[in-house]
Amino acid sequence: MMGTMNFLQAINLALKEEMHRDEKVFILGEDVGRRGGVFLATEGLYEEFGDRVLDTPLTESAIAGVGIGAAMYGMRPVAEMQFADFMLPAVNQIVSEAAKIRYRSNNDFHVPMTIRAPYGGGVHGALYHSQSLEAMFNSIPGLKVVIPSSPYDAKGLLKAAIRDEDPVLFFEHKRAYRLLKGDVPEEDYVIPIGKANVVREGDDVTVITYGLCTHYAQQAAAALEKEDISTHVLDLRTVYPMDREAIVEAAKKTGKVLLVTDDNKEGSVLSEVAAIIAEECLFDLDSPIQRLAAPDVPAMPYASPLEKYYMVTKDKVESAIRDLAQF
Amino acid sequence: MAKEILMPQLGESVTEGTIDRWLVKPGDTVKKYDPLAEVTTDKVNAEVPSSYSGTVKELVVEENVTVAVGDLIAYIDSDDEDRSDKEADSSQKEEQQGQKEEPSDAEPSMKARYSPAVLLLANEHNVDLKQVKGTGRANRITKKDVEQFVANKPASNAEPEQAIENETKPSVQSSQPETSVTAGEKVPVTGVRKAIAKNMVQSVQEIPHAWTMVEVDVTNLVRYRNEVKDAWKEKEGYTLTYMPFFMEAVTQSLQSFPQLNSSWENDYIVYKKDINLSVAIAHDEALYVPVIHKADELNLKGLAKNLQQLSQKTKSKRLESRDMQNGTFTINNTGSFGSVQSVPIINRPQAAILSVESIVKRPVVKDDDSIAIRSMVNLCLSIDHRVLDGLIAGRFLQDVKSRLEGFSKKDLS
Repeated sequence: MMGTMNFLQAINLALKEEMHRDEKVFILGEDVGRRGGVFLATEGLYEEFGDRVLDTPLTESAIAGVGIGAAMYGMRPVAEMQFADFMLPAVNQIVSEAAKIRYRSNNDFHVPMTIRAPYGGGVHGALYHSQSLEAMFNSIPGLKVVIPSSPYDAKGLLKAAIRDEDPVLFFEHKRAYRLLKGDVPEEDYVIPIGKANVVREGDDVTVITYGLCTHYAQQAAAALEKEDISTHVLDLRTVYPMDREAIVEAAKKTGKVLLVTDDNKEGSVLSEVAAIIAEECLFDLDSPIQRLAAPDVPAMPYASPLEKYYMVTKDKVESAIRDLAQF
Repeated sequence: MAKEILMPQLGESVTEGTIDRWLVKPGDTVKKYDPLAEVTTDKVNAEVPSSYSGTVKELVVEENVTVAVGDLIAYIDSDDEDRSDKEADSSQKEEQQGQKEEPSDAEPSMKARYSPAVLLLANEHNVDLKQVKGTGRANRITKKDVEQFVANKPASNAEPEQAIENETKPSVQSSQPETSVTAGEKVPVTGVRKAIAKNMVQSVQEIPHAWTMVEVDVTNLVRYRNEVKDAWKEKEGYTLTYMPFFMEAVTQSLQSFPQLNSSWENDYIVYKKDINLSVAIAHDEALYVPVIHKADELNLKGLAKNLQQLSQKTKSKRLESRDMQNGTFTINNTGSFGSVQSVPIINRPQAAILSVESIVKRPVVKDDDSIAIRSMVNLCLSIDHRVLDGLIAGRFLQDVKSRLEGFSKKDLS
């Protein structure tokens, strides 16, 4: 069975299926119960599973902390941070406890917990509702950071995250929720964490990206086909730890690499991708590695024209690819 | 003048909306902020206000149709000065593009600034970059330019076989009249011939060649091939030659003797992961050495098919540069022009090259001292003596020999 659904419905379906599959799976977060979450990702789950969907106080450190404790005792919590921006009070729990307890206890304890969080801008969320936090967690061994780029991937990767024996941060682009639609099988399937995915083959320019930007890269690549520019697009899927092999292979394919993120440019996860390419395949490069990212300013602007200027768009990706193709 | 009304953003994360009902019709007069239509999104129901005062000119979207945020929904005739979002966007875009292009105009020529990929390719294929036309920015030579150049002049890889061809030319071509060259004439050396000459000299000067040969009894193989060749031709549409059988045996033996599938790189001997067979295919003046990549992953039928395709591509001059790259061992069909023995020159930077000579019927003394008529073939091997010694080479040839002599019927379906 295959149904067309949007990104949000795919997330909802993955949660529902996993809760049916394993009674140890439970959800906790702000407004996730009766309200179904502010974006309605958990809609209908409280009605179906009752107490296994917990409304928590507005205390992100407790959401993470309670989840970690439950996970150490054998449960499989799926915590929702209402916005990725609100995760910051929980960082101590996530980084110092969740990521390290397996090491610290010499395998006596581990934390099979998933933390879901909507990230990214473009929906007039301004500074407290638009941030991308993946780079902050991109040097924490013990954590995995997953960012899906399509409804199909969202379902398969979320299931993989929930079944993972260690903590997984699962970032969902809030603009993707209703924008991206696609075929999603209603059967059970899992997409492996840690593996990147070639979403388009090409031989002029390689785009390496993740999340919503993958969608823009595909749109740009389709438009550029008319100009005889052939674009190779690699979706990282997991941004930590990275799929080095796939990155190197994609970079070698064309020798011209464009890295795209909607996070701020400096110190973004792209920097690590660029470093991997520089380490592994300098002699296959035909141009300097290029990055397309949000400007290095403190926050997403609220004013509409400024927000538009800040965001990565299909047009910006398109002109960056064209520029590199002509180099 | 006509102004555009676009589907507005009606809330966070809303990307599309459905026009439930138009509240105006063409010809109606509207004031700025008057409601034009009722819209439903998955979050809210709202009215779309007019951005201008004027006359409704055209309703672009019908009722109950869903459109994306920012899509055109109506035109209004108005004298208002406001610029719509879209105009603002496009002027901004023009500015950005203008800024971007300026510096490139002022850039000095990039013709002699080579990227690592370009240098690597040029080195691999002995390309003189001065002869390559750059199509990149400010005439920069791109990786693709070099690939194109190599594909159009494919002989730089073809030298070892070409040399052998020349050695054996008298016997081969005696039946054909030499058309283009007359005795005493001076023919200028072309780029292709020059490249071949250069590579031959380099290979001979650089690599200490050692040579060895075994004779192999392929009677079973010949019988088998004669048995199936008609059916093969009918089914597959092309002739089954002996080469795929030799290629299969060689590939299997290379897996047991990786020393022959390697290259000498100064302080290192690099053992190659894949077995990529370079195969000599003659065509007109030049001789090409396209590569069957990952031959170790192919069965006899796969090898035959690949060989057929490459030879088709060669004949129609459609070989691409990737067809010519990354060979790790060369196998050479000198038998096709009647040779029974040859001393091949190694295809740098490979470590060895094998010639398959003519299959001929000969009286052979068997183990029980009886004499039999058998189909025999000589396999001649040249090795890079820096990489390996005669012992390994000999064992390798024995391995190939025993595979060929032990040939049994296969399922080719």
